[in-house]
Amino acid sequence: MKKIKAIIIRTAGTNCDYELKSAFEMCGAEAERIHINELIANKNKILSYDILAVPGGFSYGDDIASGKILSNEIKNKLGDNVKKFALSGKPIIGICNGFQILAKMGLLPKPEKFEQISTLSYNDSNKFECRWVYLKTEKKQGDTKCIWTKEIPDVISLPVAHGEGKFIADEKVLKEIEEKSQVVFRYCDKDGSKTQYPEDPNGSMNAIAGICNDKGNVFGLMPHPERYVYALQHPAREGYDGVYGWGKQIFQNAIDFLK
Amino acid sequence: MNSNVNIVEINSLNDNQLIELSKKNTLSLSLVEMKEVQKYFKAAKRNPTDVELETVAQTWSEHCKHKTLTGNIEYAEETSKGKKVKKYSNLLKETIFKATVELNKKWCISVFKDNAGVIDFDSKNGVAFKVETHNHPSALEPYGGSATGIGGVIRDILGVGLGAKPLANTDVFCFGLPDTKYSEVPEGMHHPKRIAKGVVSGVRDYGNRMGIPTVNGAVFFDKGYMANPLVYCGTMGIIPKNKAFKEVKSGDLVLVVGGRTGRDGIHGATFSSVELDKESDVSAVQIGNPIVEKKVLDTMLKARDLNLYRAVTDCGAGGLSSAVGELGEKTGVEVQLEKVPLKYKGLKPWEIWISEAQERMVFAVQPKNKHKILKLFKQENVEATFIGKFTNDNKLTLTYNGKKVADMSMEFLHDGVPKPTRPAVWKETKQLKQKPVKASAKVLADDMKKVLSDINVCSRDWIIRQYDHEVQGQTVVKPLLGNSIHNFGPSDAAVIWPYTVVKNTKKAVVLSNGLNPEYGKIDTYKMTTSAIEESVRNAVCVGANPEMLSVLDNFCWGNPNKPEILGSLVRAAQACYDMSKGFEIPFISGKDSLYNEYTIDGRTYSIPPALLISAMGVIEDVDKTITMNFKSAGNYIYLVGLTKNELGGSVYAKIKGLKGIVPDVDIKVSRKLMKAMYDAISSGFVEACHDCSEGGFAAAVSEMAFAGELGAKINADLIKTDFQMTLTEKLFSESNTRFIVEIMPENKEKFEKTLKGFVFAQIGTTESEQSLVIESKKSKISIKTKIKDLQKSWQRQLLG
Repeated sequence: MKKIKAIIIRTAGTNCDYELKSAFEMCGAEAERIHINELIANKNKILSYDILAVPGGFSYGDDIASGKILSNEIKNKLGDNVKKFALSGKPIIGICNGFQILAKMGLLPKPEKFEQISTLSYNDSNKFECRWVYLKTEKKQGDTKCIWTKEIPDVISLPVAHGEGKFIADEKVLKEIEEKSQVVFRYCDKDGSKTQYPEDPNGSMNAIAGICNDKGNVFGLMPHPERYVYALQHPAREGYDGVYGWGKQIFQNAIDFLK
Repeated sequence: MNSNVNIVEINSLNDNQLIELSKKNTLSLSLVEMKEVQKYFKAAKRNPTDVELETVAQTWSEHCKHKTLTGNIEYAEETSKGKKVKKYSNLLKETIFKATVELNKKWCISVFKDNAGVIDFDSKNGVAFKVETHNHPSALEPYGGSATGIGGVIRDILGVGLGAKPLANTDVFCFGLPDTKYSEVPEGMHHPKRIAKGVVSGVRDYGNRMGIPTVNGAVFFDKGYMANPLVYCGTMGIIPKNKAFKEVKSGDLVLVVGGRTGRDGIHGATFSSVELDKESDVSAVQIGNPIVEKKVLDTMLKARDLNLYRAVTDCGAGGLSSAVGELGEKTGVEVQLEKVPLKYKGLKPWEIWISEAQERMVFAVQPKNKHKILKLFKQENVEATFIGKFTNDNKLTLTYNGKKVADMSMEFLHDGVPKPTRPAVWKETKQLKQKPVKASAKVLADDMKKVLSDINVCSRDWIIRQYDHEVQGQTVVKPLLGNSIHNFGPSDAAVIWPYTVVKNTKKAVVLSNGLNPEYGKIDTYKMTTSAIEESVRNAVCVGANPEMLSVLDNFCWGNPNKPEILGSLVRAAQACYDMSKGFEIPFISGKDSLYNEYTIDGRTYSIPPALLISAMGVIEDVDKTITMNFKSAGNYIYLVGLTKNELGGSVYAKIKGLKGIVPDVDIKVSRKLMKAMYDAISSGFVEACHDCSEGGFAAAVSEMAFAGELGAKINADLIKTDFQMTLTEKLFSESNTRFIVEIMPENKEKFEKTLKGFVFAQIGTTESEQSLVIESKKSKISIKTKIKDLQKSWQRQLLG
């Protein structure tokens, strides 16, 4: 069978591209780190991939606002093809700065509309926060809408590292994404119950840590699953099958979905 | 010559006028040095241009040349055993470097010659480590000073060999006390709290944007650092062994890459080579832009792997004058200064040449790769410009718009600095044991909390969590550790597992440090031995093999022209030699920052001497590393090592106003015990291990308990001591060479067998009831404290 190909878009200030590449590769995909200039020079190149990933970091220094410049660059120069990619149902993931970028270009929560209707703003603590958090996996009748989170336990832990991770949307948008079960992860306590700072690191509306589109193929989240693909990476070295971390399952899901 | 260039009249000046000239232009050259310059130009029958004079000042600065550590020293020592005199013609070569040469470790790839030290990682890769100081800039402009400090040391790693990929940063700070009254802050200085916050923010914003995790560090507060904070920044990186060396050939082109050159950072090297005062010029501090540096990192590693250049180095202190000068030392070089890209118009040629504007790297490129390398940088919007070429005339030739503005021999520049002789003295001060210190259970319980909440013991999470210490996903022993997300304690060392760079590797890199200026106030020899031992002990705690460790030295001292200050420096250097040889642990790189003084109203305040030891080692099997938090109830707790009556310089002594003996190191015993501990940990007998240092046994056992959310029951009568000691002394003495260890009952026999012949005792058990109980039947004392209360004391507000 042909190998599944993932593209990791990078630019000045992209940081989490190598570990993201490793995460896809350990799940059997081929992953390439491609500079935005190369994609702009060859606009159809992006469509030759099966999975699109926007990694974490500080694209263009997060000048103006986090992810703002790269989101504009992608939208203005590659917008049509990125929208096409999303609507075709192929998996897209934006992690941390990547989530900020997907939200700010409007690929989340509604790629059909492709307009910014939510944002990620400064943490309530008003400072950068690097810590492990618990996440509640939102499920309806035992299953998730998001193709990236199948087989994920009800509560998992992942690390966050951001200064602008507070999810904000107006009431109407918030209501719609809740009704359509587009919330994928919420910050929670060890047992899945509601929590507060510091376990909720940023004060997001409805404690939202990650959302997907209605179709479930486009996923954005502030925590870093690519930093927890091995049990060794967990603070107490917990995981599954003795070796792996739950972040790996997230990438495995996208690849299994395509198979 | 050119109208932008001035000829500086020097040949006709008398001694006083030479000193005046050096001061006026922040040349920081001594009279002897100025006279040497005069001699050179008298022989050349002309006066120097300002470009030439500035070039000499940068190249000969203490910061670039380390004149004190490599100069002549006459050392006189007065102890109870009598007087001793020793002459050094190069202190560095005769102590620290000498140990490395004598140890001759096969796994040392490149030591003391490049921008960082490099050791073996595996058969194909090496790991490089460098720690720098950025003290003077951080005093004037804390945010910019520390940001460019971290930016600068990252470039050292990019500039080692043909460039290493950075994997982790470290940072260690010494600040004044955050609760200092504003009225006590000297004129022209920032408040210590402002300095601390600014420095932390600078490291955060630069380090996080570079995508390099800040994984290990320390913060030490003392009023002696109020006017002169210390900021140490370190970076570790990985490099293919076949890229670990550089070579410049005549005919290669000079390429400058990255940031543009501006007026920031003029005289950084020379201003940091003199003491600070209220007139110190803030424009000597550079302005950083991490994204420019990140782009350079991304692209240059690509160019490296395509073999597009022959040598690289970073533009640090002294700017282009240092970087280009060093690369061209053996060949000669010609540079057209007008080609250097500028941030704005109006820079004079000498400013272009010595500006320390950030994010610049200099490459030596074979002419055949000229176009390929430019294209590669351009693809990712990185500015790269050819500014000259390496010659074969052993001369430094600078032109500006076709006119010669500098013409000097490389030999004069690099080897012409005169070597003065400095006197150094040291007089032994007697350290006496304090009278037996006794206290009731209630007072002891209270003292434990006081120690845990002491500014030099309490949690640094406010700082650590602002740093992304997990980016790159390779930090497997983290700076904060615990059994759950809610609870954490301080890690002894960090472990980086570079699995994204070296596929399928099981190997990892350990980073740790040792620093305790409190001991140095009493004895810099013991401060040094303790710092080295602490760094090794910390690494061993997480499962590192002490036989595979290397260390870096960073001396921050006062004015070496004062014999007693230089004497304390000589003592420390000698201790480095003794420890390095005794432990067979080589020094691989180092740095010194002298003249850490501040003058107020004619009175000069010198910092307490501080030696930071940073350790790096390779771990064979990352799965065998362990962490410091207690793991489960019903396990045995051991105290390994001998507790001595050594309260001198301890946190407890500071709180109580006591004196006493500073902890010593028995090198022979320590080395063997470290090895035995490594054997026990790598055999899988140990669940948790933590080092006893600041705060002593009481602080360490508390940290293990609250990080693990478990209680413990300790019988203090079982603690092994050299002489009779009170419970208070047992709890708070900071004797070296001690570990607290958690063992599962089934491993008891195997563990004890591994440690046979060493001092150790099973002193208690871990408990599910979340209290720390410490009992002594002999003293008729039983202390019971809730883990939550201990944790609360430790997690007091730091700076927030």
